[in-house]
Amino acid sequence: MKILVTAKRVTDPNAKIKLKSDKSGIQTDGLEYKPNPFCENAIEEALRLNETHGGEVVVVSIGPSDVQATIRTALAMGAHRGILVTGLDDHQMDSDLVARVFAELYKRERPDLFLLGKQAIDGDSNQVGQLLAEYLEIGQACFASKVEIHGSEAIVTREVDGGLEKIAVGMPAVITADLRLNEPRYASLPGIVKARKKSIDEIDIRSLGIDTHLKVETVAYEEPKTRGGGVTFVGGVDELVGKLKSEAKAI
Amino acid sequence: MRQFPDSLLDDSQIAFRETAIRFANDHIAPNAYEWEEAEAFPKDLYRTAGKAGILGAGFPEDVGGAGGTILHVIATQEGLLRGGSTGVIAGLGSLGIALPPVIAANDPMHIDQYVRPTIRGDKVAALAITEPGGGSDVASIRTKAVKDGDHYVVSGAKMFITSGVNADFVVALCRTGPEPHSGLTFFIIDRTLPGYSVSRALKKTGWRASDTAELSFNEVRVPATHRVGPEGSGFLAVVRNFQAERLVLAAYGHTSAQIAYENARDYAQQRTAFGRRLSGFQVTRHKLAEMWTQIVAAKTLNYTVASRIAAGETLIAEVSAAKNFSTIVAEKVCREAVQILGGMGYMRETVVERLSRDVRLLAIGGGTYEIMNEIITKSLFNPA
Ligand SMILES: Cc1cc2nc3c(=O)[nH]c(=O)nc-3n(C[C@H](O)[C@H](O)[C@H](O)COP(=O)(O)OP(=O)(O)OC[C@H]3O[C@@H](n4cnc5c(N)ncnc54)[C@H](O)[C@@H]3O)c2cc1C
Repeated sequence: MKILVTAKRVTDPNAKIKLKSDKSGIQTDGLEYKPNPFCENAIEEALRLNETHGGEVVVVSIGPSDVQATIRTALAMGAHRGILVTGLDDHQMDSDLVARVFAELYKRERPDLFLLGKQAIDGDSNQVGQLLAEYLEIGQACFASKVEIHGSEAIVTREVDGGLEKIAVGMPAVITADLRLNEPRYASLPGIVKARKKSIDEIDIRSLGIDTHLKVETVAYEEPKTRGGGVTFVGGVDELVGKLKSEAKAI
Repeated sequence: MRQFPDSLLDDSQIAFRETAIRFANDHIAPNAYEWEEAEAFPKDLYRTAGKAGILGAGFPEDVGGAGGTILHVIATQEGLLRGGSTGVIAGLGSLGIALPPVIAANDPMHIDQYVRPTIRGDKVAALAITEPGGGSDVASIRTKAVKDGDHYVVSGAKMFITSGVNADFVVALCRTGPEPHSGLTFFIIDRTLPGYSVSRALKKTGWRASDTAELSFNEVRVPATHRVGPEGSGFLAVVRNFQAERLVLAAYGHTSAQIAYENARDYAQQRTAFGRRLSGFQVTRHKLAEMWTQIVAAKTLNYTVASRIAAGETLIAEVSAAKNFSTIVAEKVCREAVQILGGMGYMRETVVERLSRDVRLLAIGGGTYEIMNEIITKSLFNPA
């Protein structure tokens, strides 16, 4: 079984984000990046499926050459090789373009499964998996918390509002990983050393013949409102209800 | 592009550190306080670390290691120290000083029965050089090993041995001849051999979670097959071994300082006095600026010397300089961090308090501050 799986980098969730002075985006100088946690779930699942069903796990990502480091982490966890589509910086992408780039990689690689994180924890758009399946006209199972392979079908338990839903989807298919799918392994130290010798193909976006215009136009970035001095203590239920009505306007 | 001085490390070294940080967060940090107070950590942790591949950093792949250079070892130790206990990682890390002489001698039986199981975490190893009679003067070692047929009979005592209580075997430096330097030889001594005993577990100022022992060898019959290298090869092995140990201790220094600095920096931005944040006082800000400056300097020296050594250069005086410089930086920065935390900095529940005790060891272990200066002066001019 051949699996394509994504490794997106996201800004370190513990780092303090600052906006550029013209509010066109965030300041990226000196910013540390981490692998997107949902991608780590997807990679872990790909590796587990590979352990039982064999085949190949190919890690894909998009961005500047630095993103090799993110792919390399997945290779250190045990994936076999990587593909990096270069020529686009983070701010030159939207979910739609990312999905179309992945669709192109799908056509070249012809995997049985395309695994992605359900969303990236920076933009939190939650669209790429769904768009990708649509462009490819193949089945999709998003927010997976369990994946089993039976013959030519993937049996996927999905986390939906109000509970779990179990569906069967014919392969090839797109599956996006939710947090409870698994506990991602560490990249072991021997794995890290081995990963240095694994190949990462860089493909220039221009050679894919894709229209790189964005469907989403970014108008401006704003800082969230700084929290005012909160009221911590209330005298009783009546006062609480009053404050929720008049100050917080929550009820 | 990573920020300086992290930019002196390559991606695989950063990746070693990331894995070590995750390990430390999962397995060390939640228990650090408890283990420090108990002055011990469960022996199981060796196996857990072995399984995660943590213990193999810097050891060649063909003896079961993870590969990598001294910089990979340093990066791993930096990550592990994020768990908040130097004691735990000094204990876990005792193989880092115990195995290199054995690996260098390259006896297949030693590699299979001692080196591999230790890197897997199935055995605990300790290095035993120092004796109750002295540590700095290695050539004065008295523990003797006398050839008797296909055995050596070993008698003597060893002092301040890290992991000495838990160790399944020690790599012990013994006297096989009268010549001060060329009469020294390493032996692998199993704890199960008759006559081997742990005289006592020692109570320490810092590094509390690591066990430190005094050992006694009372006519222990050690098979000659457990001699490491030819007779007389011990002293050179000690000298080689010290280089890596000293750089790792230097890294403990800059990392302890870094963690103490970060704690103090965050505290200064939250704690208020006289109607403003501590960071609102210029004296505090400048203190933090100086702490940061010292740390950048120590890291730059340590990473640079380590990377030149990884590239094959021999830098004896520079390694000693790196250890001493980091020692001073760690002591100063931890002192200032305690100061910024005020009363909290004196409470055992804070990592800053713990580090301020732990770093005192750096001027003593792995060769004292004065011995480092002796080594440096010898490279500068003829002392006579
Ligand atoms: C927590 C801890 C863990 C340790 N772990 C290990 C271990 O795992 N294995 C091991 O073998 N050892 C270990 N040691 C021992 C350590 O290496 C020695 O303590 C160290 O080498 C100093 O030796 P000493 O204590 O005998 O001091 P001494 O050699 O007696 O020195 C006492 C003082 O005299 C000074 N001095 C000595 N010679 C000179 C000189 N020529 N010029 C100027 N000053 C001098 C020293 O600098 C020091 O200040 C450990 C020690 C500690 C505290």
